[in-house]
Amino acid sequence: MTGPAWATATQGPPRRRARRLAEQWPMILVLALIWCLLWGSFAAGTVVAGLLLGALVVAVLPLPALGLNGAFRPWPATVLAARFLYDITTASFQVAWTALRPGPVPRGGVVAVELRPAPDVLFVMTAELSSLIPGSLVIEVDARAAVLYLHVLDLAASGGPEGVRAQTLHLEERVLRAFASHEDLQRAGLRPAAAEAGPGEGA
Amino acid sequence: MNLDDPDIWVAVADVAAAVFLLLGAFLTFSAGVGVVRFPNLLARMHAVTKPQVLGLILMLVGVALRLRSWPAVTMLALVVVFQLLTSPVAAHMVGRAGLRTRKVSPDELEVDDYTDKAD
Repeated sequence: MTGPAWATATQGPPRRRARRLAEQWPMILVLALIWCLLWGSFAAGTVVAGLLLGALVVAVLPLPALGLNGAFRPWPATVLAARFLYDITTASFQVAWTALRPGPVPRGGVVAVELRPAPDVLFVMTAELSSLIPGSLVIEVDARAAVLYLHVLDLAASGGPEGVRAQTLHLEERVLRAFASHEDLQRAGLRPAAAEAGPGEGA
Repeated sequence: MNLDDPDIWVAVADVAAAVFLLLGAFLTFSAGVGVVRFPNLLARMHAVTKPQVLGLILMLVGVALRLRSWPAVTMLALVVVFQLLTSPVAAHMVGRAGLRTRKVSPDELEVDDYTDKAD
């Protein structure tokens, strides 16, 4: 009997299942946090119920581990978040103005952007963010070649295909500087600045 | 004007809530106009990702400022997080399906690296 992959994964020996639970404790914490936020309370009973439910979800619906071996650098992450807020605001008002202003809608285009080699999680993060900012939308992803195909609403206003590539690579650089491990930064050709290589380096 | 008077801060929060709600409503409205006016599928997806997401966020900030209760705020924060996570994916799936099934005419695109690569 060969069931679907998820079925065989849940039927593994108990020891393997226990190890998977141990490996995926960050996921259980996140699920428990969502549970508490939904109830709007951090009472002890709610937290325990959330942890139990999180463990149940991870045990019944197993996902492959994300392989998060990145870092978290507070200052670049702040830069990323602040720039994101600024960009989504300007991008939103730009699209709003494009929609409301009289006259013809500008011509758009599909631009291929080759990103740096990076872990999948950060690649996905860059792809998600580039749908919200700058003026682009991910329509196709070639994960193996690390190429994003972006649709740009107003190609002329974004500086043409080259402008779109430059903006997206800058966005990726901000993501990598915030979350990539030291090795991944070097592999991506972004040697960390001297200040970041100091004792502040997260693990 | 007495800043220790709690009524002043209630009034400030209410006015800020009104401003956020109006801004959010404006952006959401413009997203609707964009969906109607934009010429093709891919352009329409822009309207439903950017102004719509920020419009919703601004509206919920306004609601949070008016309700001023933690259970409501945590729930609204979750809505924002899931909106940010899901809306790009939804737009991506619709856009990709449209491009692959040739629902987007190449004439409407200034540049098309995707079709150029496939040919």
